[in-house]
Amino acid sequence: MTLLGAVTDALKTEMRNDDRVVVFGEDVGKKGGVFGATEGIQAEFGEERCFDTPLSECGIIGTAVGMAVYGIRPIAEIQFMDFIYPAFDQIVSEAAKMRYRSGGEYTCPMVIRTPYGGGIRGGHYHSQSSEAYFCHTPGLKVVVPSTAADAKGLLISSIRDEDPVMFLEPKRIYRTHKGEVPDGEHVVPLGKGRIVREGTDCTVIAWGAMVSTCEKAADEAAKQGKSIEIIDPRSLVPFDEDIVLESVKKTGRCCVVYEAPKSCSFGSEIAAIVAEKAIEYLEGPVARVGGFDTPFPYSLEHLYMPDVRRVVEGIKKTFTW
Amino acid sequence: MTTKLLTIIEKDGKAAKDKDPNLSDAELRRVYRTMVQTRIMDERALTLQRQGAIGFYLQALGQEASHIGSALPMQDSDWFFPAYRQPGIMLLRGADLDDIVNEWFGNDGDTSKGRQMPVHYSLRSINFVSISSPIGTQLSQAAGAAMAAKIRGDDTVFMTYCGDGGTSSNDFHAGLNFAAVYQAPCVFIVENNQWAISVPSTNQTKSESMAAKAQAYGMPGVRVDGNDILAVYRVCKEAVDRARKGGGPTLVETVTYRMGSHSSSDDADRYRDAKEHESWKQRDPIERFRKYLEKKGIWNEEFQSEIEESFKQDLNDAIKRAKARPKPAAATLFDDVYLQPTQQLIEQRDELLGLEGPESDEIGEFPL
Repeated sequence: MTLLGAVTDALKTEMRNDDRVVVFGEDVGKKGGVFGATEGIQAEFGEERCFDTPLSECGIIGTAVGMAVYGIRPIAEIQFMDFIYPAFDQIVSEAAKMRYRSGGEYTCPMVIRTPYGGGIRGGHYHSQSSEAYFCHTPGLKVVVPSTAADAKGLLISSIRDEDPVMFLEPKRIYRTHKGEVPDGEHVVPLGKGRIVREGTDCTVIAWGAMVSTCEKAADEAAKQGKSIEIIDPRSLVPFDEDIVLESVKKTGRCCVVYEAPKSCSFGSEIAAIVAEKAIEYLEGPVARVGGFDTPFPYSLEHLYMPDVRRVVEGIKKTFTW
Repeated sequence: MTTKLLTIIEKDGKAAKDKDPNLSDAELRRVYRTMVQTRIMDERALTLQRQGAIGFYLQALGQEASHIGSALPMQDSDWFFPAYRQPGIMLLRGADLDDIVNEWFGNDGDTSKGRQMPVHYSLRSINFVSISSPIGTQLSQAAGAAMAAKIRGDDTVFMTYCGDGGTSSNDFHAGLNFAAVYQAPCVFIVENNQWAISVPSTNQTKSESMAAKAQAYGMPGVRVDGNDILAVYRVCKEAVDRARKGGGPTLVETVTYRMGSHSSSDDADRYRDAKEHESWKQRDPIERFRKYLEKKGIWNEEFQSEIEESFKQDLNDAIKRAKARPKPAAATLFDDVYLQPTQQLIEQRDELLGLEGPESDEIGEFPL
């Protein structure tokens, strides 16, 4: 099954399981979403539980907050993460703070699904990875799958979660990634990373579409005699520090790879955690391989996105300094 | 499109017979009591702020008819997504006075655990959803909650508020548009009090009225004298009944005046004409309703002093209790970010609680 198919599978599974769950957004109804993630959902569950909205991200998320506060389980789709900013106030000031600011009287269990990331020749407005804004906001959870099975298991966990979850779907690998996906009930808990491959010389941390890039880079590094361990945290908030620290303590080296602009990124946060908690194990500097501190480009996208060449270079930096 | 101003109670207290909603005497007296209590509470709270006992306050002075009258037709099971200038709703719905006063002090009895500035109440007990400061965000939320109730088949009605400034917000457009498209049971109250801090309502829109905006969304828009509680009630009763019967949302503009400053941090005399203030003082909503009751023979001085004395006593007692309560415990700073704290939150909490030496006194209680 593709990663995209796994998203649809998760939505249908949870909608069958919990009649409070509703799915809505732009073009998610009859069309089934611009990428097809909600295909067949309106046909199976009806227009009350899967519906198209007016073209207003602010309205989509504002109404989702109200629904969640009232007691149903909204899953709102934002067509591209690049279009999420009109809803920023509702996400950051409202959804994220509802539990805290009301002393737990009101809560906001909702999922915002949105395709994110580059590699599809989408230019500024169909390519960005703006997870850092949301990771920086207490009260939100931020989840990113990198495999089909995880897409299903993590999305089901996100829908069941009692807090608002940003579910970021790496659209570059929506259809290119295929993998086994368990039928029916399949839950992957938030906050538990996975070891993508074991290695002994350097820990590479990556999420979303960057995981497969890092796997190729690890193959390259292996040719140079370096054994790379790859960690996929699966969720950035909550973040599985233990799996990262344990790995870095073993390998003594750490390279973080992400698509977002290099500075002030969640990758920078991981570098800081490693520096704070594992410095005595480090045999070289922590490397960050990210996008550049430029707006996301169109024609030169292939240079902006971390690729095998840049990841291999990043790994090299952890050995030579 | 009706944007003519509906008025029922004349200056002298007479009410047009064909328009009077004919509330029972007991109900009229209850409503009057709530209006007077609201004003007393506002005065007392502002005094507390001036005395340095609480950090901030925001009055609803002059808007008692507007918000209490609109809330009156709502049932107990109905929900409010308030803005920050509707304190009378809490009293009308019988909220615990301690819950209100503890919030001003941000003490350990505050329902929101001392996490917000004064007047940002959260009162689940009366379906009064947690208030935030960004303008208008509650409008689309109310629309969404109303959509949810419709999906679920509940007959709950939702009422939400903003001021004239709020009509310029993104969420005003989003909220009204979504509510109309999905015919959600939601009543939008724009309390047009003429001022958004120092900016007059004429700076917010070139529309002939706020109510006129309803036409563009495809919902009824009604303009009502916001200082006339019977008129506000009558209009909102129709809107609430229509919403409950599946007739969709309504926009109500209550034309009123912010008699006080924006907040305890503002001085309206610096930007408002004293004559304008004086002319609105002549239209005071409580005085106007009092004359109506007096004409009906259900108000006298004795009733007035009973309301004032008993409420002042209750309020003073609640303030005394609130003052005696401590701040929330330090560890609660980390609660309710999520249902379960993350590893990072636990670590940060333990680090804070493990510190030795005195707590910082660099930030005074009321630095602004």
